[in-house]
Amino acid sequence: MKTDISVRIVFFTVALASIAILFMIMVFLFMEGLPIFKRVTLFEFMFGKYWYPTSSPPDFGIFPLILASIAVTLVSAMISVPLGVMTAIYLAELAHKRVAEIIKPIVELLAALPSVVIGFFGMVVVAPFLQNAFGVSTGLNLFNAALMLSFMSVPTICSLSEDAIYSVPTALKEGSLALGATHWETLLRVILPASISGISMAIILGMSRAIGETMVVLMVAGGAAMIPTSLMDPVRPMPASIAAEMAEASFRGDHYHALFATGIVLFLFTLMFNIVADQIAHKYRQTGEASL
Amino acid sequence: MAGQASKKDQIKKEIMTEKIKIRARHLNFFYGHAQALYDISLDIKSSQVTALIGPSGCGKSTFLRCLNRMNDLIPISRVAGEITLDDVNINDPSVDVVMLRRRVGMVFQKPNPFPKTIFENVAYGLKVNGVSDRVFIESRVEESLKKAALWDEIKDRLHESALGLSGGQQQRLCIARALAVEPEIVLMDEPASALDPIATQKIEDLIGELKENYTIIIVTHSMQQAARVSDRTAFFYMGKLIEMDETETLFTRPRLKQTEDYITGRFG
Repeated sequence: MKTDISVRIVFFTVALASIAILFMIMVFLFMEGLPIFKRVTLFEFMFGKYWYPTSSPPDFGIFPLILASIAVTLVSAMISVPLGVMTAIYLAELAHKRVAEIIKPIVELLAALPSVVIGFFGMVVVAPFLQNAFGVSTGLNLFNAALMLSFMSVPTICSLSEDAIYSVPTALKEGSLALGATHWETLLRVILPASISGISMAIILGMSRAIGETMVVLMVAGGAAMIPTSLMDPVRPMPASIAAEMAEASFRGDHYHALFATGIVLFLFTLMFNIVADQIAHKYRQTGEASL
Repeated sequence: MAGQASKKDQIKKEIMTEKIKIRARHLNFFYGHAQALYDISLDIKSSQVTALIGPSGCGKSTFLRCLNRMNDLIPISRVAGEITLDDVNINDPSVDVVMLRRRVGMVFQKPNPFPKTIFENVAYGLKVNGVSDRVFIESRVEESLKKAALWDEIKDRLHESALGLSGGQQQRLCIARALAVEPEIVLMDEPASALDPIATQKIEDLIGELKENYTIIIVTHSMQQAARVSDRTAFFYMGKLIEMDETETLFTRPRLKQTEDYITGRFG
């Protein structure tokens, strides 16, 4: 009994420590970010169109940064969702077992690529290609960043979706096939609807990975803090802005606080993604053998 | 009295002249290197209930799943020998397995309704078979649910999730779902084993009613159930067909000692 209690206390303390550290980081983030609102209003900060933190007087409008983050994430989702989900369907339902055994680790290996390597690839290979192929002034732009980010989120989307599809009970597949449905009809009408919650969760987690990713967008998004008007415009997503400017911002100056406030906004975005994913997971929690 | 006797004669005549629906000849079945069925030869007659009994792992479910080629789903499986349905070999490459499964419906051990509404569950088979006439689908859904003795219980909540039904209701829904595509044969793999006695009773009554229009093959662990619902019974043991006969004969005067031992509960 006594060891039971002490073991519990030890684990509780360890668990508490990691939560406490996370909590402290959050407190720190808010403490350092909120003072900017003495200089500008929340509205000006969020919807101001100009981000010139070092001019005098400085402009602290992060609207172009927010828009850049959203645009980059959405465009990357347009690429990574079909790629990831269809690969997952292929692996879980269509591929020969041996083929799947080869492809699956390769897809997962993509997740192991350091983001700086992906960024490097985007810079050295994709950017010149885009520049030549589309005749744009710079290949470091929204589309390039979105493409690189989609490479990063495909493994997440793919392997989580595959788990979801794989976990559809065999009984349901058999039930459908036994009624004279083809494999394709079974996939479309039974397996996918039954795994849609897992797939949506995979998509959201993949997108949340894309929106928070820093190195890739720092390297290949182009870095122009302006509202993009085309896919080939250079942009400056929030993480890139924070990473690029933090070193040169004077400690506890307005710029410094503005960057932390940008961090808060970014944090709220990823938090929102995670809450939505969690909600979906709860809503469709498996309650019985055949219920998904 | 005379009427009754002639009725009996009539039934007897019917049984004697009963058409053979399914004929298995020298059927061997393998999972990889393991052989699951050995040289099974048997006939299944039209409009009868045939029960397959035997201890776990004796091959009765495997045999059942050969009849609608459900075993095709297992990549390492292999069939040798012949199964004919209305004198056509169902394992012939020219046979469309989708059409076969439409003719040979199946009800599984555990109720497996789709996570859709009750209506959608029953309509599913029609829809995947290309029926799009709404009125026809509605009438067929109602008819199937009535045949499965479920209509009165659920007619007011057709558009609610099928997962809200009780286990017994779910199983009858699965039967309705199978009936909706108008199969000729219904395979039942221990359809009542996951159900309580009252739900089991309902399923058994249902089987009795259905056999007029369908050929039913039921796998069951319960010998009482086989005795109650079936016309003919086949006893499987270790992948072999040991004995097959009229149910009454098999349970009262089995020809083989092994069968007698099993049905009297001495082993298995």
